[in-house]
Amino acid sequence: MTGYVPNTPEEQQQMLKECGFSGFEDLYADIPEQVRLGQDALRLPDGMPEIAVHRAVEEMAAQNKVYRHIFRGAGAYNHYIPAIVNTIANREEFRTAYTPYQAEISQGVLQTIFEYQTDICELTGMDASNASVYDGAVAAAEACEMCRDRKRSRILVSQAADPKILSVVRTYSFGRDVEVVPVPEKDGVTDTDALQELLGSDVSCLLLQHPNFYGNLEDVDTAVQKVHDAGAKLIMSVNPISLAVLKTPGEYGADIAVGEGQPLGLPLAFGGPYLGFMAATQKMMRKLPGRIVGQTVDRAGNRTFVLTLQAREQHIRREKASSNICSNEALCALRASAYMAAMGPEGLRDAACQCSAKAHYLQQKLSEAGLAPAYPEAEFFHEFVTVCKDAEKVLSALDKEGILGGLPLSEDRILWCATEMNTKAEIEKTAAICKEVTGA
Amino acid sequence: MKLVFERSRSDRGTAYLEKCDLPSALPSEKFARKTPLRLPELPETEVDRHYTELAKQTYGVNSGFYPLGSCTMKYNPQINEEMAALPGFTNIHPLQAEETVKGCRQVCETLEKYLCEITGMDAVTLQPAAGAHGEFTGLLLIKAYHRERGDVKRTKIIVPDSAHGTNPASAAMAGFEVISIASDEHGCVDLEALKAAVGEDTAGLMLTNPNTVGLFDPNILEITRIVHEAGGLCYYDGANLNAVMGIARPGDMGFDVIHVNLHKTFSTPHGGGGPGSGPSGCKQFLARYLPGTGKEGSIGDVRSFGSNFLVAVKALTYILSLGREGIPAAACNAVLNANYMKVKLSDIFPMAYDTVCMHEFVITLEKLKHETGVSALDMAKAMLDFGIHPPTMYFPLIVHEALMVEPTETETKETLDEVIAIFREIFREASENPEQMHEKPVKTPVLRPDEVLAARNPVIRYDFEA
Repeated sequence: MTGYVPNTPEEQQQMLKECGFSGFEDLYADIPEQVRLGQDALRLPDGMPEIAVHRAVEEMAAQNKVYRHIFRGAGAYNHYIPAIVNTIANREEFRTAYTPYQAEISQGVLQTIFEYQTDICELTGMDASNASVYDGAVAAAEACEMCRDRKRSRILVSQAADPKILSVVRTYSFGRDVEVVPVPEKDGVTDTDALQELLGSDVSCLLLQHPNFYGNLEDVDTAVQKVHDAGAKLIMSVNPISLAVLKTPGEYGADIAVGEGQPLGLPLAFGGPYLGFMAATQKMMRKLPGRIVGQTVDRAGNRTFVLTLQAREQHIRREKASSNICSNEALCALRASAYMAAMGPEGLRDAACQCSAKAHYLQQKLSEAGLAPAYPEAEFFHEFVTVCKDAEKVLSALDKEGILGGLPLSEDRILWCATEMNTKAEIEKTAAICKEVTGA
Repeated sequence: MKLVFERSRSDRGTAYLEKCDLPSALPSEKFARKTPLRLPELPETEVDRHYTELAKQTYGVNSGFYPLGSCTMKYNPQINEEMAALPGFTNIHPLQAEETVKGCRQVCETLEKYLCEITGMDAVTLQPAAGAHGEFTGLLLIKAYHRERGDVKRTKIIVPDSAHGTNPASAAMAGFEVISIASDEHGCVDLEALKAAVGEDTAGLMLTNPNTVGLFDPNILEITRIVHEAGGLCYYDGANLNAVMGIARPGDMGFDVIHVNLHKTFSTPHGGGGPGSGPSGCKQFLARYLPGTGKEGSIGDVRSFGSNFLVAVKALTYILSLGREGIPAAACNAVLNANYMKVKLSDIFPMAYDTVCMHEFVITLEKLKHETGVSALDMAKAMLDFGIHPPTMYFPLIVHEALMVEPTETETKETLDEVIAIFREIFREASENPEQMHEKPVKTPVLRPDEVLAARNPVIRYDFEA
């Protein structure tokens, strides 16, 4: 038989007979004749044995260019993934389980989610985390929805946030018919004076990214003060690795923290699957969308984990649910949790310090090579923008050497990123190539 | 089971990074974290053992029979995983230049083309990361279509009462009012109720077909005609596509917008709750509204980057493996396996709808509950002691004391025979000794949890101070 159907044709005939059917036709009698596909009408290639499939898919993978050195971030970051993380995430039980509806035989997966929720609370300094959503941008959009208030119909989003996040927030807002108002950016950071102007009693929240899309650190203290004075909520979109060294959303007094969890042990993978994390204050816990795992006891009094607070969810509340989310990114959350368990607090802090040290060294070297920092006054973590005459020329010179340079933002601006993966020698080589192009 | 935090001892960690050969350059003190970061500190051996222990207490498709209705827990082929782990896929940055990602584009375009062919749609986006995400996306296409035509009074989405909870939830997220219509006595759409519900305010109908009671709605062409004549569009929830793939196509049934679940129908693993992938498809007249095109008319993006790409690689691998003849063959065997189980159980288990089913069937234990006090929950819990995963419980909502069984095509006849024997044995036990059924399970690592306590007193993170 083809594919993964185990029953032989003889067995199938026997089963059909035992059920009183004369053939497969009988099983599909309810399908109107007009919509029945004829035999072999499906325009797909013939099924292939595994060896041929292997060859075909490998050939596709070979069409891609894998860079040896990566200096590009902009929402997807190249970090070291300890081998143990892949081993754990590839355990078949974790990989092939469904959502843990039957707690008695799902304590393993439930506990991993509980541990993940704890990790996210620790990282962000918040009280309550959900089990994940699709990605960082969706987390931001869902957070805006959590802040919805009948009397407050506008959402403010910093224009220094990742444009991809802004785009997703807009799409979700089109659904709910909520107005999204961008807060202008000035010198690479959110313009807090403009923010003051835009705030009003009809604003439900501000979405602020920190470090922002340009890599710069925001004046969160001022923003949170202004937002709360206006009776609105502050949503911070944060980089999880940076939180090992940067002041947390909890410390700033944010109401919700969200972000892209990909840096925590997930491969770049052309953009997915990734992981949207969401954490909130105790007060907003019951507004969180999606799965949440809680601790309880079983009949014998043993500690037990279950899916909980389900009264928020679609399968109970239907059109009144806090979100439609059902499947989330559980295995990606497990990866993140395993990554944090392997790295530990010191390892994560080390990764963060290395990101920062290497990015600052890269900025200095590029500056010497004629790529001036676009925002010399701003402080940054591991991303920054440079200005030079011909960005494309610089990037294509790097490309020839197997180096993926920063992301071109315009003809003369490039957004760079460095992580623990980049060595000093690699940074110096990159700067030298740039220097040849600029002639600095 | 200890929590990972309870296994932790200070300074026990493993170092994975080399020493930094550059001077520290952290941002200034005002930006610094003050709170200690309490992540676990474990040597790698302990990390490995911790997760091995947790894996042992997790039940996957590889562990055994998993007839979770509506979830299509078919076998997840290993070749899919190996292909998705190719460095030529995993190491690709999503913002690389077009000429460096030709292979990724080929994967996506080929999969989109095949999904169009299987569903009878003209265009597909791989952006949605799950079924519910696909529903939301598809409903926004419907919204954009009516808006662009200036038909702003179309604010209502009709959803049968048998639908998955995600349907009404997605419709609400897309800003629609939900009109729920009752199903007829066969569990199918009540044509009179539908006719009464449609009108000038109808934006569309959402329907799962085969529906959630496991039946192919024989009036499907009439249903889509009624909605179209009223000016609405028809949305197909592809949750149950596995029963009819290669046999019949939603596009030919009159549907305008669909989503499919790669993690159900196309064999990608469910991961204990994701990552999935829920591509949305549509007919040509809606294609301009699709996300990810960056073109005028598009609803915008529903995620940061392209797709759950590695999931797409797995689904493509699966379709290439099965091909033209394997796709309908899988559907046929899924339907056969379900009917076989149903027939072999129906002498003692009352079926909610006693006709030929598609890939799943629904048992109703209302009578048993009434006579013995044994509920669908008790029956499901008893199955755990036999080492099998129970069916979906209490869904669809229109069937009382429901157990929804979906064996899938990848189970052997011997497995079905064993499971049929287990079901019958449990039924006998329930009839003879109903009281003890409330105690089930007794052989699992933990017993029935106190869910009320969990919700009343939420403990959703580890307490380091306790």
